Amino acid sequence: MAEAMGFFTDTTVCIGCKACEVACKEWNQLPAENGGVRELSGDSYDNTRKLDGIHWRHVRFIEQFKGPYDGRWLMMSDVCKHCVQAGCLEVCPTGAIVRTQFDTVVIQSDVCNGCRACIAACPFGVIDINPVSGTAQKCTLCYDRLQVGLEPACSKACPTDSIQFGAIAELRTRAEKRVAQLKSQGVAAELYGADPGGPLGGLNSFYLLVDKPEVYGLPRHPELPTTNLAKSGGLSVASAAVLGLLAIVGLRKRRMDEQSRGGGGNV
Amino acid sequence: MSDTFFSGAPHWAWLIILYFFVGGIAGGGSLLAAIVDWFGAPEDRPVARTGYNVAAVGAIISGALLTIDLGRPLRFWHMLFQSANFPTLMFKGWSPISFGAWGIFLFGLFSVLAALGGMAEEGRLHNPALRAVGGAVRGTLAKVVGGVAGLLGLFIAGYTGVLLSVTNRPIWADGPWLGALFLASGVSTGAATLILLAPGRGATEQSLARLSAFDTKALVVELLVLVLFVASLGAVNRVWLSFWGLVLLVGVGFGILAPLRMHAQRRSLTGAARLVLLGGFLLRLATIFASEGIERYRVAAGM
Repeated sequence: MAEAMGFFTDTTVCIGCKACEVACKEWNQLPAENGGVRELSGDSYDNTRKLDGIHWRHVRFIEQFKGPYDGRWLMMSDVCKHCVQAGCLEVCPTGAIVRTQFDTVVIQSDVCNGCRACIAACPFGVIDINPVSGTAQKCTLCYDRLQVGLEPACSKACPTDSIQFGAIAELRTRAEKRVAQLKSQGVAAELYGADPGGPLGGLNSFYLLVDKPEVYGLPRHPELPTTNLAKSGGLSVASAAVLGLLAIVGLRKRRMDEQSRGGGGNV
Repeated sequence: MSDTFFSGAPHWAWLIILYFFVGGIAGGGSLLAAIVDWFGAPEDRPVARTGYNVAAVGAIISGALLTIDLGRPLRFWHMLFQSANFPTLMFKGWSPISFGAWGIFLFGLFSVLAALGGMAEEGRLHNPALRAVGGAVRGTLAKVVGGVAGLLGLFIAGYTGVLLSVTNRPIWADGPWLGALFLASGVSTGAATLILLAPGRGATEQSLARLSAFDTKALVVELLVLVLFVASLGAVNRVWLSFWGLVLLVGVGFGILAPLRMHAQRRSLTGAARLVLLGGFLLRLATIFASEGIERYRVAAGM
């Protein structure tokens, strides 16, 4: 396997230009929403609003204002996290979701049948159906570009290097230096998803945040969906045993004989 | 806030709700048919035959609903075989949806065989090929086929809830009881369906009374598991402060408590059975839509 590749997104230098969104849409030939007629969100300058099957990059605008001049903007270019332990890949029943030689996670559109199990499995709400293909889609970390030695379209287009592409090990080193630099300036910066010992074995697309993960729409402790499997399955088996025994006791022949001797049932 | 609130809704709506409902009935019906077949009296045979028929029809409807619901229905077979390496099987033991695809396939196979055996026994098969197959499923083979259909039915009734738990969605993944709850509901709605349909196949009043007595117990188990399910959700229970919470409440009132009261008062068996079916449907409706309505970006924006 080639070296693990990914993104380090430094949210402190994102200016919300959405060049990454446009570059992603253009390179991956993603269709326009609503026939190209943009519906305004009405409550934010961000009108994309979320990642889905036709928006594989989304620059989130977080508007933290108490008054007209009292507050700040936070901006984060969000994307698939290419989890080291990926919930989508784990549950996919068709084998459409695969891990590539770059340690990224890709949905093969010609295999996916649109069952949507991966959508519910992703703790980050990254995947959705592309209405044109009828299949689940998300960022491929430009798998086609990576195979010929090119950098992903979004990071190539990013004018401030908020999105940095590279080998994960190198990106982690760079991110830690940046956190130290920001902390020395009094900024409460933290990395999200950079720890290989953390949730999901680390994220191959990790972030530098200056507020709680929830503020950026990120779960604090993302989990694999199968975390619930043993407990839920075990309780179902226990319930099946109880109901099965009740049914055997209630519907068995001897019971009927006893009832007959006793003068019939409860009709 | 639970971390599940940051996931995306999979758009599982009416077709999947119907599947969960029909699959539960089919699974529960099959289990009861097999138990009556193995442990019941000869006079209970109409109940067993009805149960196998309910299972077979339910399995076929379930397969159709699941296929139609896919984004690419003609690729339904990708669940069973590796599309790039046909005919290599596609199976992930840790993925409930993969497990379920095989479960539905095998459940359909065995329940149809069991149903054909029952119909051949009654002399209701006129097609020579079907009569030959049905005629072969008799004696010990019929019991084995019915037994396997019953066990698979138990799986079908419960795995749907486990499938929901093995996600990252609010409600579904916030507690471990959904599989047990859907299983109990599947068995109670299966018994209710048999109470409604078995008289048409010649079931005696005694058979129906025993089914009804069992349904009372199944409803008590369902109610208990429902309480445990709601308790396990903790702070997530605030999502029930919505229209879907009202639907759940109506489902519990009319679909569990009212039938229990009717059974206690020995009132109309069929009336209680209809209410049990209504409750089983509303339970699934509320559980699915209460979670589906939560959108990640609205949560993140504090809306």
